[in-house]
Parts: sequence; structure tokens; C-alpha cells
Amino acid sequence: MQGLDFSVVTPYTDLLLMGAWWTVVLTISGAVISFFFGIFFAVAVLYAPKVIAYPIRFFMWLFMGTPLLLQLFLIYFGLAQIGINVPALAAGIIGLGLHFAVYNADVMRAGIVAVDAGQTEGARSIGFGRFQTLRYVVIPQAVRNTLPSIGNNLIVLLKESSLVSIIGIAELVHSAQLAISETFRPFEFYITVAALYYILNLVLETGLRQVEKQVEVSR
Amino acid sequence: MDFPLMLRVFPFFVEAAWVTVQISVLSLLLGLAVAAVVASAKMSGSFVLRAIGSLYVSVFRGTPCLIQLFVLYFGGPQIGINLDPFAAGVIGLGLNIGAYMAESIRGGIIGVDRGQVEASRTIGFSRLQTLRLVVLPQAARLMIRPLGVNAVGLIKGSALVSTISVVELTYTAQRFIGSTYKPFEIFGIAALLYMIIVYVVARAVDVLDRRYAIN
Repeated sequence: MQGLDFSVVTPYTDLLLMGAWWTVVLTISGAVISFFFGIFFAVAVLYAPKVIAYPIRFFMWLFMGTPLLLQLFLIYFGLAQIGINVPALAAGIIGLGLHFAVYNADVMRAGIVAVDAGQTEGARSIGFGRFQTLRYVVIPQAVRNTLPSIGNNLIVLLKESSLVSIIGIAELVHSAQLAISETFRPFEFYITVAALYYILNLVLETGLRQVEKQVEVSR
Repeated sequence: MDFPLMLRVFPFFVEAAWVTVQISVLSLLLGLAVAAVVASAKMSGSFVLRAIGSLYVSVFRGTPCLIQLFVLYFGGPQIGINLDPFAAGVIGLGLNIGAYMAESIRGGIIGVDRGQVEASRTIGFSRLQTLRLVVLPQAARLMIRPLGVNAVGLIKGSALVSTISVVELTYTAQRFIGSTYKPFEIFGIAALLYMIIVYVVARAVDVLDRRYAIN
């Protein structure tokens, strides 16, 4: 048993920060995809004809009941199988995006239903089309009301982005693994990585609280 | 769809699903024990205990479960903790879910109407009697659903232990995808088994919740 020595981490600062940067990139890309696809899925499930709504409902059910890690394998190897060769990074972003889109859609669907029917009637009676009503009246209100839940999903997304290291994306965990393969000091590096995630998490939570407060005020 | 292949590999997946069930049940039990202690600490009168409880929840919920497993399994030997993959998986998942379940337990206790406590104190119950006979029975009902959500999350989260080479569902799926190049078929089998496990737990939670619902 060797003593712990956190100074072994110092030479790898740049590598770890680079990894943290890619974790941020993954999280933001995944967040953007999951937000817009979440809205799309929610609207499709509620308003699209059955031929579109049912497959999406099945997809949501499937992705809510299985682990993200398994889905990442499916997307990474499955896309190659059907002849679409995407780099691991793209597969990771798509995987994270779709996984959390499903959770966002679940929240958003309830949010859309909860918007007062009078809002739709009002918009329609002043001449908005069905799509315009959704786009300018219903969805903005639904997004605002579900913001805390979507924020929670985003916090989970940041942490779960660590999983894409398994398919070989050079984010924070992967950087640590690289450093460990040279130093054989897993404890020091993984604790450091945990601290970095903790900081990222704090920043994200503080940011989300600010946004929520802004939205509260603008009401 | 290559159905003969799916039939051929299916027995391996059933065995792996059993490992997933074992891991989930054991870490659920450990998680509940941890959660009870952490929730008590967070609600205790002592400032120090409250701080420790809050720190525990904040650290375990603020960092990825994957990293917690890696610290335990790969980093453990450096501080004299040598665990086999299965034990590390159960302990890692249990410590992690314990932080989430502690919040579910606390939420249940806070959710009990204050008037209940005041009334029971008024008719002469002690603090302990109030907790045991009035608050906890009602709080337990409020906890069923949140703890059920935690349990379902835990089943899906148990896939993480595949990364420390526990041969459960996701590990088996990864292995077979690598050797057969049939990602859709293999995903289908693993997904089916996960769905069955999740469905059984979700149904059980539904039945419990309905049976003990407060009307």
C-alpha cells in the first residue's frame, strides 16, 4: 500500500482541464438537442397523427426503461451497422441528447397539457393558426412552467455525460484514465475528477437558480 | 432481425439479468440503511450531524455515480480497501442511492402535517412516541412513491457496474455486440429484460402506494 500523494496530479492539469472542457461541450450539446427534441417529442405525442405519435411513444417508453449506457452502445454500434459511420463524439452527443430528450418530453407533455385552454382559444380567436398558437402561445408558457424540471434533467445530464468515456470520447473521465495509465494512481485522479464535477455541478446549479429567478420576476 | 441468434444467446442474458436483480436488491437494502442514517442526521438537533448529513448528500449527488464506483474499485486498493467487482458494485451503488433515498425519506417526514405533531404532543405523547406512533406511519406512506422512483433509477443505474467488470445485463450486451456485430438484436434482448424488471418494480410500487394511500 502506497501513501496518497496528490502532487502526482499537477503535471496533468492541462489534460484534465481539456477533459473538463469537453465535458462542458458534451453537456451543452446534449442539452440543446434534448431541449428541442424534447419539445418535438412532446408535441408529436400530443398532436401528431397516430402513425407518428405511436412510434415516438414506443421510443420514449423504451428509452425511459433502459440504462443510458446500453443506449450508448446501441447508438454507437447501431449507426455503424446501418451504414452511418459517425465519430464517437457524435454518437455520444446523439445518445445523451436523445436519452434526455425523452425525459424532457415527458415533463413537457404535462406542461403543455397544463397550459390553460383559454390561452389556445384566445390565440385562435385572434386569428393565430394551430401551429402559431403552439409556437408563440402554448410552448413558451409550457417551457416556463416546466423549467425547474428541465433544469433538474440538465443537472443529471452533466453527471451522466461521464458515461460516454466508455465509448472512447476524450472527456474528463477519459482524461483521468489516460493519466492513470501512466501514473497508476487511480485514487488521486478520480478524487480530483470528482471534485471537478462537483464544481461544474455547483456552477450549473447556481446558474439555473438565477435563470429560474429571472423567469419568476418576468411573470 | 436475426432471431436464431437471439434465441441462442438468450440464456446468457437470463443469467445476467439475475445478476442485475441481485445487485439491485442488495444495493437497495444498503441504500435504505444508509438513507435512514443520513436522513436522521440531517433532521437531528445537532448542528454537526446536520452538517455531516448535508455534506454526504451533496457530495454523492453532486458527482457522477461512475466516478464514485471508480474511486471505490480502482482507488480503493491504494487506501487498503480491496473489493471484488460485485461487492464494490453493491457498495458503490448503495452509497450513491442512499443519498437520493435520504432526501425521499426526509421529504416524507416533512410532508406530514405539523398539526399532527402538535395534536399528539398536546394529548401527552412524548417526542419519541409522536415520531414512532404518529409521524413515521404517515410519513412511510408518503415515501412509497419517491422511494419507488429511486429504486427504478437504481435498476437502470446498476448498468454502471459493467464498467468494473461485473457480468450483468449491460456487460453481457456489450460483450455480445462486440462479438456478433448485431447491436439491434442484442439491445432488444437486454432492453426486454430490463423492461421486465423495471415493470415488476413499478407495478409493486403502484400496488403498495394504492393500498396505503391516504384519502
